[in-house]
Amino acid sequence: MTNLVWLVPLFPLIGFLINGIGWRKMPKGAGGVIGSLAILASFAVSLGIFFEVKSSGTSTVVHLFDFIQSGNLYIPFAFQVDALSSLFLLIITGIGFLIHVYSTSYMHDDEGMVKYFAYLNLFVFSMLLLVLGANYLIMFIGWEGVGLCSYLLIGFWFKNRDYTNAAKKAFVMNRIGDLGFLVGMLLILFNYGTLSYNEFFGQLNGGTVQLSSNMHNWIAICLFIGAMGKSAQIPLYTWLPDAMAGPTPVSALIHAATMVTAGIYMIARSNALYSLAPMALNLVAVIGLATAILAASIAIRQYDIKKVLAYSTVSQLGFMFLALGVGAYTTAVFHVMTHAFFKALMFLGSGSVIHAMGGEQDIRSMGGLGKKMKITSITFLIGCLAIAGIPGFSGFFSKDEILAATYAHSPVMYYLALGAALMTAFYMFRLYFLTFTGSFRGTHDQEHHLHESPAAMTIPLIVLAIMSVIGGYVGLPAVISEHHAFNTYLAPVVANFGHHHLEHSTEWMLMGLSTGLVIIMIIVAYNATKKPNFKENTGLAKVLENKWYVDELYDAIIVRPLLALSSALDRFVEKMGIDGVVNGVGKTVRWGSDRVRLLQTGQVGFYIFMMVIGMTLLFTISFFWVQ
Amino acid sequence: MILTLLILVPIAAGILSFLAKDSAKAVALISSIATLGLAAYISAASYSQPMAWSIPWIPRLGAQLSLYSDGMAAMLCLLTGIVMPVVFISNWNKEVENPGGFYGLMLLAQAGITGVFLAHDALLFYFFWELALIPVYFLCSIWGGEKRIPVTFKFFVYTFVGSLLMLSAIIFLALQNPGANAYGWDNIVSAGMSLDPVTQQWLFWLIFIAFAIKMPIFPFHTWQPDTYEQSPTSVTIILSALMVKMGLFSVIRWLLPVVPEGVAFWSNTVIILSIIGIIYASCIAIVQTDMKRLIAYSSIAHMGLMSAAAFSQTSTGMHGLMVQMFNHGINITGMWLIVSMIEQRWGTRDMTKLGGMAISAPKMAIAFVIISFANIGLPLTNGFVGEFMLFNGLFQSPSPYHISYMVLAGLGVILGAVYTLNMVQKTTYGNTVGMTIQKDLSVNEYVGLAVIIGIILMLGVYPKPLLDMTAAAAGVMMP
Repeated sequence: MTNLVWLVPLFPLIGFLINGIGWRKMPKGAGGVIGSLAILASFAVSLGIFFEVKSSGTSTVVHLFDFIQSGNLYIPFAFQVDALSSLFLLIITGIGFLIHVYSTSYMHDDEGMVKYFAYLNLFVFSMLLLVLGANYLIMFIGWEGVGLCSYLLIGFWFKNRDYTNAAKKAFVMNRIGDLGFLVGMLLILFNYGTLSYNEFFGQLNGGTVQLSSNMHNWIAICLFIGAMGKSAQIPLYTWLPDAMAGPTPVSALIHAATMVTAGIYMIARSNALYSLAPMALNLVAVIGLATAILAASIAIRQYDIKKVLAYSTVSQLGFMFLALGVGAYTTAVFHVMTHAFFKALMFLGSGSVIHAMGGEQDIRSMGGLGKKMKITSITFLIGCLAIAGIPGFSGFFSKDEILAATYAHSPVMYYLALGAALMTAFYMFRLYFLTFTGSFRGTHDQEHHLHESPAAMTIPLIVLAIMSVIGGYVGLPAVISEHHAFNTYLAPVVANFGHHHLEHSTEWMLMGLSTGLVIIMIIVAYNATKKPNFKENTGLAKVLENKWYVDELYDAIIVRPLLALSSALDRFVEKMGIDGVVNGVGKTVRWGSDRVRLLQTGQVGFYIFMMVIGMTLLFTISFFWVQ
Repeated sequence: MILTLLILVPIAAGILSFLAKDSAKAVALISSIATLGLAAYISAASYSQPMAWSIPWIPRLGAQLSLYSDGMAAMLCLLTGIVMPVVFISNWNKEVENPGGFYGLMLLAQAGITGVFLAHDALLFYFFWELALIPVYFLCSIWGGEKRIPVTFKFFVYTFVGSLLMLSAIIFLALQNPGANAYGWDNIVSAGMSLDPVTQQWLFWLIFIAFAIKMPIFPFHTWQPDTYEQSPTSVTIILSALMVKMGLFSVIRWLLPVVPEGVAFWSNTVIILSIIGIIYASCIAIVQTDMKRLIAYSSIAHMGLMSAAAFSQTSTGMHGLMVQMFNHGINITGMWLIVSMIEQRWGTRDMTKLGGMAISAPKMAIAFVIISFANIGLPLTNGFVGEFMLFNGLFQSPSPYHISYMVLAGLGVILGAVYTLNMVQKTTYGNTVGMTIQKDLSVNEYVGLAVIIGIILMLGVYPKPLLDMTAAAAGVMMP
């Protein structure tokens, strides 16, 4: 089965080609069916691969063809099938399939529906390359490929300039990160002569090349810069909230469940490197924690249902980097999985709400939707319970593990992370209560129009809700069970770093503390939204509503100076400076020629006179020269 | 013998075009397809072993008619062979005044450029170098835009000054060991190598100025945006896709091996100039509103990376350079074709007056987006492989500042995304502003762009044929 792994990206590629070539002539429905079937086929193959890898525990490299070969530089187009990649295959194709099905209904009235499925298939193809690549360059191909698809899908409604601006911003910010990734790759290539995971990690674990941990830190930091871009971490996170301009299922698939977790995948994949780079690991932890707190604080004061979820995603990604940074790689991957379930669920839920509200996204105009939209409301509530970390739901297991590992690493970081987790519970339930409970605050027309979404949209919601509940039981806390199925599964590929073992009593205490406080936060959120009143924000609330003015800051210190510099270079250096000198040389020659021309007087006497002067000069010079 | 055909066919067809007048474009197309066939044959034949041909020319001076085709020369002839018919096909429906003269000069320029790539005798090389320049000069000054006269005059003087310096260097080298083959490549190389380091150091600039102007690298570039802007687009394609490669090619063939001590001495300077050029040109590209000027500056930035890698003194950089010369030629041809199509349909290249091409001409918009992403080196397009190898070469260069070089040059990747996506956004997205006429690709335009995009994707996914072809010329040992 593992030898058939090339089928997994092939199906979406075929789907992309069919939809991409026939996008103007094909009926809309056909585009959706082809797009979804392609992903379903990939999912089927992925399942087979997953169970084979699970039972055998092996890691296989499947060589497809030689990509780049130049002397010692050899980079094959090869896939790596092991526990980590096959897990991601399942997440991508499984959730991808549900979102494709959902999209067939959500995008039904859009004239560009077939094109939409072409892009979505291309995205899944690129994402699969990213996780399947057996070396960093293939990962990079997928990495930039998903960036392209993200660009195309954020700007899908291209008539709106704000949307295409958001798309451009996402691509450029990712490119900044990608330069870090590129430098990291070149450093690896320079020092180890290979980009293949197996060879590189083999060298790291006692191969022929031994380098100082300084170099390991640099490589790890460069790669992490790439992760900052793709996974929206400080300082490169501001593109993700803007990316909500895309259709909502895109936000669910790309900007919540899959693409943005690529950075976590990359570091988990490179765990052998990061375990040798303590400084880089600390940086990862600090950036992750800071992002988790910053984004959660912004989410508290957002009014756009998708913006709340977007900042929530940034914040949750921060938690995952925190886990990576404290060396709990498998925990981060565990949270990637559970987060994929509940965040995709909530994004799709918000899509269902937006659908029913006729495009309205402002939660100030919602309220009481639960009565009209039972399935959406209940599944969304499950998502909220999961992300808040209520025991029994998937988010509890993964988040508890992150917090426990953080506590073992540093209690101070634990308290900060706990603060972010409490904010999470607050803004999520604020969102839930404002949207689904209370009384409706929108227009009469909208109220009349409210309805539950069709089955193609609600069935994916139900499936994801079930996964959001049961998805966590593969990783029970140590106090309950010594057997952690998830860690055991990943053990051949990912080795955690540092010691995360806590006393059972400590662990019980931490769990109790966070659960108790989370429940209090939910009650606080309930009280705060019982009589909603949306007066103008002042003070800190205003700063939060304006996202700490980070966009304005970037505009002032990067965008505008760059434009000013460019104009100045164009106007002064290029046109007046360099070209001025070039034209000046030309003018001088012409001016000189005009003067020299005057010597041609045509009078023989003048010529003889000049000749005599010349001869005298030559004689004088040669006389002194000889002396 | 077949190498001479590659030059003689366009010359003969060029003369025929002058006579043929209205059917000149048919002559040009047939000739260019014939040369494509020849170039393909030569590429296949010189895949494993270089081809050479020579007969005496001016024995008294020691000059020979000597042609030589290794992987690099064959690759560039193939590029010329592909670009010419694509240009002719895409412009099939475009009326030009005095077609006989126009197509005749285009073909003569092709002959000159091909000659530069094949010449293995310094005097012959110089002859072709000028032969390529003169038709292009007339093409610009007769068929160009409003400001064509001062602009082409500047272009001509600028490049001609460089050529004269190069000629004096060639004569100087040939006089070192006079004989029946004084201008032969081997003789020039051995003459140059045996010079003392100080002589090599000044000789370096004498030769290099001509190439630096042609590429062009900062700060010898100011003729270029004006000339690209004022020339008819077919000529701009010849200039930017092919003639610019003459500069890089000549660095590899006629500079690096001839004055190795000079190269070792000056390579850091050239790399630094090139990197300044990357950032400088990228910044200027950001604030351009005319599509032609934007692409011109983008091309200067790309040339900067290539010339930096050419002086990195690494085989992987050299190999990447070979690949990228080809890819850049293909991509920029696609860019100019689209610009010309936009100008033909909507009468302007000013991006502030354009918008909504995705609505009014969706096929063209898709082609433009694909070519734009190839221009910024997205993986699985041809631009990526070359760019990655160029960066790798720069990174591995022996200079102590190699990492800074690479990182600074890498800023071009980010800035490139900024200006390219700006251009895409302003022309392609948004509502139809000034692009109300709905006329998508005609059949001949479709064919031209399909060839370009086909090559972009094919070499992006499977670059091996191009890599294998140029490996020996780049000095890369293949296992």
